[in-house]
Amino acid sequence: TKTRSSFAEKFQLLMANFRAVDENFFDELEETLIAADVGFEIALKISDELQDEVRLKNATSKKEVQETIIEKLVDVYDQAGNGEDNSMHMAAAGNPSVFLFVGVNGVGKTTTIGKMAQLYRQQSKKVLLAAADTFRAGATEQLVEWAKRDQVDVVTGKEKSDPAAVVFDAVKRAVDQHYDILFVDTAGRLQNNENLMRELEKMKKTITRQLPEAPQEVLLVLDATTGQNALQQARLFKDSTDVTGLVLTKLDGTAKGGIVLAIRQELHLPVKWVGLGEKVTDLAPFDADQFVYGLFKDLI
Amino acid sequence: MAFENLTSRIQTAMKNLSGKGKVSEGDLDETLREIRLALLEADVNLKIARSFIAQVREKALGAKVLEGLNPSEQIIKIVNDQLTDMMGAQAVPLNKSPKIPTVIMMAGLQGAGKTTTVAKLANKLKNDNHARPLLIAADVYRPAAIEQLQTLGRQLSIPVFDQGTDVDPRQIVKDGLKQADQEKNDYVFIDTAGRLQIDELLMQELKDIEKIAKPDEILLTVDAMTGQNATETAQGFNDALGITGVVLTKLDGDTRGGAALSIREVTGKPIKFVGEGEKVTDLDVFYPDRMASRILGMGDILSLIEKT
Ligand SMILES: Nc1nc2c(ncn2[C@@H]2O[C@H](COP(=O)(O)OP(=O)(O)OP(=O)(O)O)[C@@H](O)[C@H]2O)c(=O)[nH]1
Ligand SMILES: Nc1nc2c(ncn2[C@@H]2O[C@H](COP(=O)(O)OP(=O)(O)OP(=O)(O)O)[C@@H](O)[C@H]2O)c(=O)[nH]1
Ligand SMILES: [Mg+2]
Ligand SMILES: [Mg+2]
Repeated sequence: TKTRSSFAEKFQLLMANFRAVDENFFDELEETLIAADVGFEIALKISDELQDEVRLKNATSKKEVQETIIEKLVDVYDQAGNGEDNSMHMAAAGNPSVFLFVGVNGVGKTTTIGKMAQLYRQQSKKVLLAAADTFRAGATEQLVEWAKRDQVDVVTGKEKSDPAAVVFDAVKRAVDQHYDILFVDTAGRLQNNENLMRELEKMKKTITRQLPEAPQEVLLVLDATTGQNALQQARLFKDSTDVTGLVLTKLDGTAKGGIVLAIRQELHLPVKWVGLGEKVTDLAPFDADQFVYGLFKDLI
Repeated sequence: MAFENLTSRIQTAMKNLSGKGKVSEGDLDETLREIRLALLEADVNLKIARSFIAQVREKALGAKVLEGLNPSEQIIKIVNDQLTDMMGAQAVPLNKSPKIPTVIMMAGLQGAGKTTTVAKLANKLKNDNHARPLLIAADVYRPAAIEQLQTLGRQLSIPVFDQGTDVDPRQIVKDGLKQADQEKNDYVFIDTAGRLQIDELLMQELKDIEKIAKPDEILLTVDAMTGQNATETAQGFNDALGITGVVLTKLDGDTRGGAALSIREVTGKPIKFVGEGEKVTDLDVFYPDRMASRILGMGDILSLIEKT
């Protein structure tokens, strides 16, 4: 695993080679962070704290200033989740683990399940998928296609049928037929749609009623191109379904997903996975090192 | 860190002014800072927020706002007018070809809402204008993208042209257009796969489709929740294709939708429609003034001003 010191070293080297800390530095720092969707408040806070540090330490030599800045960036790095438990929680032996996927429309829930199911199947887990998006046109077919690619089983329901019924059937089958992991795909819904949020709660209760320890993970999928609204998504999905972690998708694009810093600060939700493309292999565990580097790299 | 609306922001910033009689340039700048913050919280791109504020400042000084009776109301009015202006003053309809078919091509990032929007627009034309649209399924990449479009077509009784996933999208578009000619369809929608504006291979595919289809309308579909990156996306697609209009989706959410301003500014192209839900009827034309108030979060104070 990555350590703070190796991260600091790497940044130190980069800064020393590419960037002088002059008057423009703090302005540009602030702008870089805002451009990464970190949000105005946090960008300002980081920049202010940095300037205070430099002043406090009476850092005058170029080297001292730079060291202070690196220290602060490492702070940000820790805030981003370095050294934190972002592993997936599993059920006690003999029971299936249930992973419930939630999020707004089009962020990448179904695709992430397609990728992750393959990952666990390759670890010789017996994997089942539940197509509990009975609403969107082609949603079930999409998950069924992923199941075929992954060579895993899938439980489906009729178009427009009650998604909780699909969840019920899937959990029952997972228990009866001794699956290791059940992935539950849900329809995208906007967090301010109260009816649909209640429907989601109902699905979660359906799981818990059959398996009191489940779901082991409720993963909120966030699109890295989303701006400040992602914070509100995290708040309301956490309220209704007790989210256990985040998946940040579409990091292969030019967006940085900086809003997760604000989400972490307020809600303390760890990012567990990142999506890096549309292929089955384009999923990786969250790496705070790379994430923070991504946020700042335009500054260097 | 709740979204404070601009009304209370400006009221706070101007709180001290009321008794003072005369307002200084410093007071104005204080207010402008609050407005800038509101724009950033609404996801307006930083650079665009900055130039917006500069223009408002100039106008405020020019209008001698500081000497007027109600400086805060005047500033709000200038801000709102400026923003509405930048959004494009009028609603712009869909382009129409002098001879059939009118070809409409979709473009945008993954998951933005292209396929859903195709269904919404085709349905609207069918209902309002008795149009006979054909939908071409040119997304061969996303699993079940074709089934999604077919399902929508079936629900709406609108024909869908597809050749499965093994045929090149360029060829699908060619053959689809041929069928539209034969069947005398008056509108053709080309549903394309989502792609990143930095994906050279897939952007080339879009350019090729554009050359083949010579669309009357190229609609960039953008998620209203998009953050600071909206400028880069819009720029990328516009540079490659020369888009003719924008559809802003998912406005039924609680996002302020500042991306709208960013996109409008970097492309100069009109936002023509907004998506306000998942159902095929959840489509509306774009109202610049509504969007302006939404971004600023100040519907209430505007109605207040209008009353006085
Ligand atoms: N570039 C890129 N595209 C992605 C990524 N993850 C998903 N996508 C694409 O984003 C689009 C939407 O993905 P879905 O998995 O259907 O999203 P969803 O959240 O299930 O959508 P709904 O069920 O409609 O709410 C598809 O075109 C995916 O291929 C990613 O990490 N990078
Ligand atoms: N709430 C809401 N959801 C929308 C709206 N427009 C589209 N969606 C949803 O957003 C998700 C993605 O929509 P699609 O039409 O599949 O998006 P796309 O751009 O075709 O996606 P790709 O083909 O994967 O690039 C689906 O869940 C849609 O139902 C809207 O205006 N409001
Ligand atoms: Mg889905
Ligand atoms: Mg599509």
